[in-house]
Amino acid sequence: MMSSMTPALEINHLHKSFSGTKAVDDLSLSIEPGEIFGLLGPNGAGKSTTINMISGVARIDSGTVRIFGHDAERDYRLTRRLVGVMHQELVTDHFFTIDRALKIHAGYYGVRGDNAWRELLIERLGLGPHLHKSMMKLSGGLKRRFMVAKALIHKPQLLILDEPTAGVDVELRRALWEFVREMNQAGTTVLLTTHYLEEAEQMCNRIAIMSAGKLVALERTADLLARIEGRSMLLHLDSPLDQVPAALEALNGQLEDNGQKLRISLTGEVVMAEVLQLLVKLNLPIRDLELPRPGLEEVFLNLTGLQLTNRKGSPS
Amino acid sequence: MINRFRQQQNFVSWLPFATLLQKEVRRFLRVSFQTLLTPIVTASLYLFVFGATLGQRISVMDDFSYAQFVVPGLVLMGVINNSFANTSSSLFISRYLGNIVDLLVTPLTPPQFILAYTLAAMLRGLLVGTVVLIISCFFADLPFVYPWAAAAMAALASFLFAQFGIIAAIYATNFDGLSMYNNFLILPLIYLGGVFYPVSILPPFWARLSHFNPMLYLIDGFRHAILGVGDLSLSTAFLVSGLMAAALFGWAAALLGSGYKLRL
Repeated sequence: MMSSMTPALEINHLHKSFSGTKAVDDLSLSIEPGEIFGLLGPNGAGKSTTINMISGVARIDSGTVRIFGHDAERDYRLTRRLVGVMHQELVTDHFFTIDRALKIHAGYYGVRGDNAWRELLIERLGLGPHLHKSMMKLSGGLKRRFMVAKALIHKPQLLILDEPTAGVDVELRRALWEFVREMNQAGTTVLLTTHYLEEAEQMCNRIAIMSAGKLVALERTADLLARIEGRSMLLHLDSPLDQVPAALEALNGQLEDNGQKLRISLTGEVVMAEVLQLLVKLNLPIRDLELPRPGLEEVFLNLTGLQLTNRKGSPS
Repeated sequence: MINRFRQQQNFVSWLPFATLLQKEVRRFLRVSFQTLLTPIVTASLYLFVFGATLGQRISVMDDFSYAQFVVPGLVLMGVINNSFANTSSSLFISRYLGNIVDLLVTPLTPPQFILAYTLAAMLRGLLVGTVVLIISCFFADLPFVYPWAAAAMAALASFLFAQFGIIAAIYATNFDGLSMYNNFLILPLIYLGGVFYPVSILPPFWARLSHFNPMLYLIDGFRHAILGVGDLSLSTAFLVSGLMAAALFGWAAALLGSGYKLRL
């Protein structure tokens, strides 16, 4: 009964500095077993440093990391077997072929290698035709696929993917996410970082946003998206306007693209039918009408921007 | 897919170590022209020059030809250079290319890490030494007075320089820095440590100074075990070499244990 309550990953008051600069500053979060959890943030936010501390690549200054209830420093021999990590950088050992390298990696994790599982990974990731090629001769996409296989060869319970789709073409990206979903359905908890916010929106149950080493948000993806208050309407005009019609000032009308577009705010008690009637009455040269869906990008910019403002000492 | 994934695999505690050892051995075998053949050819050239040609005209020891004198030093030089080269290049290249993270995220313990790198380096060093020793039989008749002591001293020398290779690979910041250890430390110490001459023939000051050269104890000890005579007693050679090996092992283990320059 206890094991079902134990978080897959529990980070408490984690700190890490490099030459006096705080890379991770008092980070605490918890990931439940079976989740797909997104860790987002701008470059330098501390995402990779956090992943490096979880996986053992970086030393922990203070705080704790527990993986399925086991301390990642004290019980590292156990926790590292529970974790499979795919790093952001394309890192391979040039001396070996894919086939040999996968066998070596299974051995590093103390498993003799489930041949059927290895072959399944090779088949699913399309590595079969390249099995006996030297790593040096592989394309970036193939190396990326090999790195996924490498991270999964020992059947980890927590899969960590640090920017898995960086520099990957659309087709491979879709195949990778499909594969990750399948692994998740098989019981693997997934922690991922990505720069593609729409991917995080589609993939993750919950999302944490980091900025300057700190956690600035941690919510269910739907709740995070609901943070965006109100929507807007974007009118594409046939001929540019010089100024916003007076009747639209109450709706915070704003011109964009040298007057080619007009954005109207739909916040508060606005009734759409009244807005449309008003637009008809104004007889504006409307060519197209758009109702942009607020996305994670807005939340992301809002939160990371807010955090930067806070750091400058402004009240919030 | 899901069913296969759910079939858990048993953890074999010694397998991470055995895999790293096997990988390190495969690594030097894959480039055996560079790691085995080249040092053997170089040592054979030394043997030819000092054994079959110049050596005929040089005499530094009573009762032994120059070829008999120089062969143990050349053999040990091969052992030392290749043990050092194996750990230093393998570990440094891993650091340089970044694939060291593949080891850092695994359940490998620091003792397993150090032992696997050390044993692979010893295997390469001793393999080169053995082949050079076999080739040297064409140039000199060696008595092998204390064969086990000779084997133990060769093993000790390769162990010691495997540790030094690990230390150099951790401290080096670039390939230039790494080659400095070899060109400006190991090579001069070997050449001045009694490979080509017995230190006893040096003027007293230089002979005494040579006793601060750690290579002297390894080379003279190895030669003593093979020829039955040397500048130092076997026990002194083993004692000093053993202490040096223990100190370097402690140093390398402390570096690997702390993750210095390996873990962020």
